[in-house]
Amino acid sequence: MSAYRDAVYCEWSPNEKVALEVAAGASLAGARCIVTMKHVGLNVAADPLMTLSYTGTVGGLVLCVADDPGMHSSQNEQDTRHFARFAKVPVLEPADSADASEFMKLALDVSERHRTPVILRTTTRVSHSRGMVETGDRVPSGKPIGFQKCPERFVPIPLWGRGMRVEVEKRHAALRAEAEKTAANRIEWGDRSLGIVAEGIAYQYVRELLPDASVLKIGWAWPFPDALLREFAGGVKELLVAEELDDIMEEHLRSLGIACEGKKYFTPIGEFSPDRIREGLARRAGKPVTPPASLPEAKDLPARPPVLCPGCPHRGLFYALGKFDVVVTGDIGCYSLGVFPPLSRIDTILCMGAGISMAHGMNKAGEPRKVVGIVGDSTFFHSGITGLLDIGYNRSASIIVVVDNRTTAMTGHQDNPGTGRTLSGEETTKASIEEFARACGIPNVRTVNPYETKRTVEVFKEAMASKEPWLIVSSSPCPLREKRKLGATRSVDRTLCTKCRMCLKMGCPAIEWTPEGATVNELLCSGCGLCAGVCPSKAFVIAEKGGCAQ
Amino acid sequence: MNGQTVGVVLVGVGGQGILLASETVARAAMAAGFDVKTNEVHGMAQRGGSVLAQIRYGKKVYSPLVPQGSAQVLASLERIEALRYADLLAPRGLAVVSSQAIVPVTVSSGKAVYPGDAEARLRRAFPRLLYVDVTAKATELGDIRVANIVVVGALSTALDIPENCWKEAIEASVKPKFLELNLKAFAAGRAST
Repeated sequence: MSAYRDAVYCEWSPNEKVALEVAAGASLAGARCIVTMKHVGLNVAADPLMTLSYTGTVGGLVLCVADDPGMHSSQNEQDTRHFARFAKVPVLEPADSADASEFMKLALDVSERHRTPVILRTTTRVSHSRGMVETGDRVPSGKPIGFQKCPERFVPIPLWGRGMRVEVEKRHAALRAEAEKTAANRIEWGDRSLGIVAEGIAYQYVRELLPDASVLKIGWAWPFPDALLREFAGGVKELLVAEELDDIMEEHLRSLGIACEGKKYFTPIGEFSPDRIREGLARRAGKPVTPPASLPEAKDLPARPPVLCPGCPHRGLFYALGKFDVVVTGDIGCYSLGVFPPLSRIDTILCMGAGISMAHGMNKAGEPRKVVGIVGDSTFFHSGITGLLDIGYNRSASIIVVVDNRTTAMTGHQDNPGTGRTLSGEETTKASIEEFARACGIPNVRTVNPYETKRTVEVFKEAMASKEPWLIVSSSPCPLREKRKLGATRSVDRTLCTKCRMCLKMGCPAIEWTPEGATVNELLCSGCGLCAGVCPSKAFVIAEKGGCAQ
Repeated sequence: MNGQTVGVVLVGVGGQGILLASETVARAAMAAGFDVKTNEVHGMAQRGGSVLAQIRYGKKVYSPLVPQGSAQVLASLERIEALRYADLLAPRGLAVVSSQAIVPVTVSSGKAVYPGDAEARLRRAFPRLLYVDVTAKATELGDIRVANIVVVGALSTALDIPENCWKEAIEASVKPKFLELNLKAFAAGRAST
């Protein structure tokens, strides 16, 4: 979108609810809007969505929502198509990049003609794939900007809301009619002995494996095109449904009295792939499904899970926290990785913001240990503030740590209200976490440098002894974003290393273990010096230029 | 090619430049007039985790994912990562493997062992193996970060894409400041076969 920076206004919103409300306001003023989020983000934006469906839109409004079958980087695998039915808004489902481009235009058009928000549902696989796309010129909507006062349409108090409810059903009927003739749904007739209704990426796998079969490609997933479904089912001997996650289409076909099979062969759990579709087809044909024999050479390979980067400031914080017997309610961001050994310093994760509120709840339940809640800066601004307000208001002795690296690191270093930069790179105010905490009524607010582990431990000690709420900001920028080394590369002085393995407790990817003791991989070392602070025998020394100190 | 879709798999460790390498292969295939789809999953994998990128090209490509046992080329920027994804390679496919070892934290924390016989395993697993000291070549060129393009150069020999398309692809993928270095890295990789 940066190519259109002058013509298209873009912003990072603090959270999805705010984003959708911003878009709703802009739409009512006449502007076309796109709001992007993950499936779990739509949960946050569900409140405005449910009623925006009633008031409707003026400028086209599309929610681009990405589901994550297989949970590549999410805490659940919910199916956004349920939200379409729930909110009574149409959902389009692209199968590749070319579809995504076409369907976005279609979605804006449908939104403006039917005055409805439209969901464009994609998945991790579709979003992380690239393909050939026919580009065109941008066509501005031409709608004048200017809000037209009309309380009967935009104020859903019961008096007018009941009328809107009736309009939603009328719109639904019109959308159903359109689903029958949209180019987003198409029958590709082939061998009539088997027909497959395929949605989203499943279409690609089906086409790949069964080039001769009859396929009904579903790109407009709700409301259902009943007549088209009947026509297709009537034209084939047997009917299969290939849809990722839930059996929404399959259940609907059965409700129409159409016999079909789907989840019996194609799993509702996890992500589809050509291999999983092939397995399903083999099972259906009654053929034995033997998983490919795993290579003996690939046996016992060490797992390679994602880890906190070398030099990550979160490592120092977790190391300091590891000195205490506490329960840690965690949250969503890079610091989620603190759950893995050797740090093992996160005990729960639920959703964004829950790291703060759950700490309060555990304390109120009478948990005998101290409870520490951890959130990142971006997550704090997303939905941590209201939880903190609860702690200040209802008074629990919770210790909240905001690991503030001044960026949204896990998702690729996006700016947020604390970074002082907007999406378009302009300078703006930096929201202060400490000031938020004081405003929420937190009496003890401290800021620590997580690389100074001794000082951090002291602050924790003070907080653990207190019966009041605490907020500690662990403040240090993400070195990956800064693209700089933090200090001199370290190496191990063999004469000093006693092989005590203390350094391994930090899980730094740059520290490797050999029979001679610890060594530093100089290609990975960022020079943060945490190892030097942790080593009781001061074996981590500054590396001499061009080689290790032996 | 007989209308068959060609699959290329690139693997390694987060931070090694797999995604740029993948983009380069895709652009080269595009320049050669093929339909192309690529796929990669990063996010969590970016932080030192295992990374997998896939490119498929041909007359018309449907699935962006490479079916098991079908890739023409498997290229790995780390030696044991090639073994992890070995089942994606076709029986007569070419494996290009960097001899670089990156030890996962699971090993340094004592939970797992890094295989000491990696090279022997690679030679048994891949009948067509190009085992290259990519790190040395990249360091010789003056920047370890071009290791990814050295690997692209090495794998390029196994694909039916003309050399000028590769150059065009590199021009489109890297910053002008680093173009010459990356072209040299590509040439060094291509010569290593």
